[in-house]
Amino acid sequence: MTMTRRTFIKVTGAGLAGLTLGRFGLDLGPVEAYAAGLKIEGAKETISICPFCSCGCNTLVHVKDGRIINIEGDPDFPISGGGLCAKGASLKSLHISPERLTKPLYRAPGSDKWEEKDWNWMMERIARRIKDQRDKDFLQKNAAGQLVNRLESVFHLGSSQVSNEEAAVLHQMVRAFGIVHFDHQARICHSPSVPALAECFGRGAMTNHYNDIQNADAILIMGSNAAEHHPMTFKWALKAQARGAVIMHVDPKFSRTSARSDFHVPIRSGTDIAFLGGMIKYILEKKKYFADYVLDYTNASFLVGEKYSFKDGMFSGFDPDKKKYDKSAWAFDKDADGKVKRDPTYKHPRCVMNLMKAHYSRYDLDRVSSVTGVSKQDLLRVYEAYTATGRPDKAGTIVYALGWTQHSVGVQNIRLSGLVQQLLGNIGIAGGGINALRGEPNVQGTTDHALLYGYLPGYHSTPTANYQTLEEYLKAYTPVTKDPMSVNWWGNRPKYVVSLLKSWYGDNATKENDYGYSWVPKMDPGVDYSHLYIFDRMYKGGIKGGLCFAHNPCQSIPNLNKVRKAWDKLDWVVIGEVFHNETTDNWRRPGVDPKTVKTEVFLLPSAYRAEKDGTISNSGRWHMWHYKAVEPLGQSRNMGEMFVEIMNRVRALYAKEGGAFPEPITKADYPAKFEAEAEAKRINGFFTRDTKVGDKEYKKGQLVPGFPSLKDDGSTTSLNWLYCGGYTEAEGNLSKRRDLTQTPMQAKIGLYPGFAWAWPMNRRVLYNRASVDKNGKPFNPDKTVIVWQDGKWVGDVPDGGYPPMSMEGGKYPFIMTTEGHSQLFGPGREDGPFPEHYEPAETPLVVNPFSKQMHNPCMKVIQSDMDQLAKNGDPRFPIVLTTYSLTEHWCSGSETRNSPPLLEAEPQQYVEMSPQLAQEKGIKNGDVVEVESLRGKTQAVAMVTVRIKPFKVAGKTVHLVGMPFCFGWSKPKCGDSTNRVTVSIGDPNTTIPEYKACLVNLRKAEKVTEL
Amino acid sequence: MPKAFFIDTTKCTACRGCQVGCKEWKDLPAVPTKQTGTHQNPPDLNPFNLKLVRFSEHMDKNGVVSWYFFPDQCRHCLEAPCKQASSVEGAIIQDAATGAVIFTEKTAKEDFEVIHGACPYDIPRLNPATKQIVKCDMCVDRVKANLLPMCVKSCAMGAMNFGERADMLKMAADRLVMVKKKFPKAQLCNPDDVAVIFLVADEPKKYHAFAVAEGPALLTRKQMLAGAFTPLRRLARAMQG
Repeated sequence: MTMTRRTFIKVTGAGLAGLTLGRFGLDLGPVEAYAAGLKIEGAKETISICPFCSCGCNTLVHVKDGRIINIEGDPDFPISGGGLCAKGASLKSLHISPERLTKPLYRAPGSDKWEEKDWNWMMERIARRIKDQRDKDFLQKNAAGQLVNRLESVFHLGSSQVSNEEAAVLHQMVRAFGIVHFDHQARICHSPSVPALAECFGRGAMTNHYNDIQNADAILIMGSNAAEHHPMTFKWALKAQARGAVIMHVDPKFSRTSARSDFHVPIRSGTDIAFLGGMIKYILEKKKYFADYVLDYTNASFLVGEKYSFKDGMFSGFDPDKKKYDKSAWAFDKDADGKVKRDPTYKHPRCVMNLMKAHYSRYDLDRVSSVTGVSKQDLLRVYEAYTATGRPDKAGTIVYALGWTQHSVGVQNIRLSGLVQQLLGNIGIAGGGINALRGEPNVQGTTDHALLYGYLPGYHSTPTANYQTLEEYLKAYTPVTKDPMSVNWWGNRPKYVVSLLKSWYGDNATKENDYGYSWVPKMDPGVDYSHLYIFDRMYKGGIKGGLCFAHNPCQSIPNLNKVRKAWDKLDWVVIGEVFHNETTDNWRRPGVDPKTVKTEVFLLPSAYRAEKDGTISNSGRWHMWHYKAVEPLGQSRNMGEMFVEIMNRVRALYAKEGGAFPEPITKADYPAKFEAEAEAKRINGFFTRDTKVGDKEYKKGQLVPGFPSLKDDGSTTSLNWLYCGGYTEAEGNLSKRRDLTQTPMQAKIGLYPGFAWAWPMNRRVLYNRASVDKNGKPFNPDKTVIVWQDGKWVGDVPDGGYPPMSMEGGKYPFIMTTEGHSQLFGPGREDGPFPEHYEPAETPLVVNPFSKQMHNPCMKVIQSDMDQLAKNGDPRFPIVLTTYSLTEHWCSGSETRNSPPLLEAEPQQYVEMSPQLAQEKGIKNGDVVEVESLRGKTQAVAMVTVRIKPFKVAGKTVHLVGMPFCFGWSKPKCGDSTNRVTVSIGDPNTTIPEYKACLVNLRKAEKVTEL
Repeated sequence: MPKAFFIDTTKCTACRGCQVGCKEWKDLPAVPTKQTGTHQNPPDLNPFNLKLVRFSEHMDKNGVVSWYFFPDQCRHCLEAPCKQASSVEGAIIQDAATGAVIFTEKTAKEDFEVIHGACPYDIPRLNPATKQIVKCDMCVDRVKANLLPMCVKSCAMGAMNFGERADMLKMAADRLVMVKKKFPKAQLCNPDDVAVIFLVADEPKKYHAFAVAEGPALLTRKQMLAGAFTPLRRLARAMQG
């Protein structure tokens, strides 16, 4: 396309205003002289992508003489239209920063300085460390004598900053080494989103996409400060608002999001389930639900087995010793054929609808108000406005982020929003959905590629020792339905797992050897290998070394004083980074004598975003290519090159010397050199022999056209089935597409099917089959996502191409759930089939007004001498602390603190508090205060603001304060991490830490030491 | 054709893309700042911050909180008092094509107090090293290359708009009608006098002491044109106490 949105005036021949100046005469000379020499004139322009939030804003990088001279937004990018927030706007400064790491640095054990080394020296030594440690500690069998083939003493952490291609080679390397302590930012950011959304709808991703928010009639932003941490959300929220939509913000503090919302409702942190439980009660009692949708598309009519019960905060099946439920107690009631029994009249007392009604009948306004601190009037204001979307012609969307995930009930917070949306019929439609605003730039992609101990790429559970053969494993994880109308897409899992193994081990993977299944490390069942446990085991001496790429755990993990001490205990660590941060330089942190720290540190300088090519997947699952604009600064290299070289060097050592269980390494089909384009093809996958798909012939070595063509017989490879179809023989690399054309129907709802590519198979609105009735007619013809016309679907790519439900061959719309229905009752999560309110691990209350069960009975509690919890209603720590992000810094701030204009705008640690609390404590705005918990303290500048209000909770006043989590000591005078105060408590499903609520006290600092 | 900005503060999320984008395009160095109990930083315009998002928070009698954002910058007055106050030829020029009011390096020879005092919006700043007086120049380099000023380019929310003056005035008038339905006190700030037209939802002073020119209202346009200006900013300040 030649006509783009790059210029603000339509180009009409001689477009440059300079040519017309002569007509005016006035001041011509001086102005021309002043404006002469546009700095980007003649510069090379390259498309890249902002490396911060999951909006994934495309950028234009201008380069002259091999140097970046400007970075600005790409006007053709449909989400931003060329805009950038403060972070994106500062990308030039970040790329050319003198603070960048440009040489490999080595820190010898006990040394007080970095030494410059060359790459070869570093890589040789790194490979040696890895191999020696692996040979020493490799575990072929576990205590039970089962084959496990794993390495426990070495970890890998990071990163959501890597591209999908880098993630793919990284994952392959980590598993080849046998590493099980394997985790990245997704754990601490959005890990609950996957099991929560998957339990509701089948997939664990944002259901819609940023542009789609413009179609909403009601926008409930809860557990998110979208305007600050995902700024482009508001471009589309404001569009909806201009059309008449109402934006509601329910959040502990009044933020920049609240400022632009129609109204803000403050809520005590950690009480979202109470709030939404009240909404469920309201919907059911006032009959606000979309009856046809609920009956036909959800499991409301399913019957639950007799073993299910709920009493005083506890579901049936609980084992108090193990702190675990036996989930079989929650199973559906099935008939003799194995089909779930249903009662479409909702008369049966054990149908989901009635169980749900009974469960949430306890969530009355008085109790909800007393727990949440929200007035009854405000509760009703939100309930009324939002539930008005429970009609076919209205759409409501829920926007959330870390405010929901980072709790001991993180998964159930999100699950409950899923219940609301199912009842209102808001899933699958334009302007609806649950818009999980994923965190980091590629955290969607790196979650898909599973830089997480518990998954293999494409959401297959990592095998445990209980499944010794591929057959056993696939049997355990491949769901079966007896209902012919249910697609049960996960029934295809064997095809994706075998294709993955074929990609990993190439010709060495054969049917006879289970495609190399025994080379994949096996976890012990029930053992948690995530962040909190990694650091606990490191603290206790069980982990000796590791790899940490683009991750800053010594700033960002809770109970940080312990984490930093744990890191000191490592013998060696390999770190890849763009800048120094609290993790790279932990050995010289304030108050520590470097001589006492024995860790050998290898610090590898990383290329930055505009210096490399590859793809990222934004929150809306848009798989987008970014191009390399310049060579990496100094000697820095992209991480893909680093991973590939580390793996190949270790491989060479094994080839030469032998060692512990070398097969996963020596038998790997692994690239000799990292090339993003080649990896993108490997991710998509190839045919390993000549194959016919339909009437089209594919030769061995050609790209698989899409995941429906993947096979479980070894004839296909794919490093990640979700992305299969994104790189085809017919169209090439679809992530590079820039086509903005739309049909009128697509234009009406802001769909850009030709821009980049979205998994799965370019579907932009997930579950869109639920936006139509049983005959394929859209519930809301004004905002059609798909429609059945002349015997086929038009609009978005249908989520399951089968005919409408009422026709022959018709299927249920939720193709990823076993029974084809979305799940109001979710029997698969650790802590219950219905979300239930429990207090945070640290709470100002002494009684939970909902039940005798104070806390989530299954929450993960880390135990060590440094992990301490305040008692319920602890008078020493009466104030609730919540932590959060802000526009100007990203996550731990390890990058953005190196941007001069960002640090200028947000220079120092602060604590936001109400004027009432400030007065009680004798604190004035701008005073430095000390915030303290049972675990540690931090200094911060008091920001006394009416934007924070005291809460009335259970009849008494509860104060809440809020602090950002982006500051750290490695930038002098900006303060140090808030996480020295937070708790090591995890959600039982994913062990995401409870960053969002803990108990503190504060006072004016006697001596300012950190700021 | 003269250009204008329309700055719709009811769409501003204070993401500060404009503030940072301006610095980046102009390669302006950061100034050292401290957290003083507000998100507004740097505290004020300075020789290296020509665009600044101002934050102000308010709570009404019913406990309803408002947080106002004001992306401050030079207004590029149609009849620029600073230009009229100028005594050095070529120091302050106005581009007829765009209407941009531009401070050239010759401002180093101006009396800063006079130029500063002439501005009803408290915009000009003195670079102590070069002695030049500086402010926003409408990114006239970009505009002449048919590109948007960087602050406008950076704004994704639709708060910062730029184009032909007639179009911007229409956009502003239309938007005002919409906004007034929800916020009866909504108004445009000096739309007839400036090329940077702010829309605010409440009394301008609640956004920023110099959001509107109060001084010039006391003078007739004729008096101003006759050069009978006084240091208007000081006047305005005096009036506000």
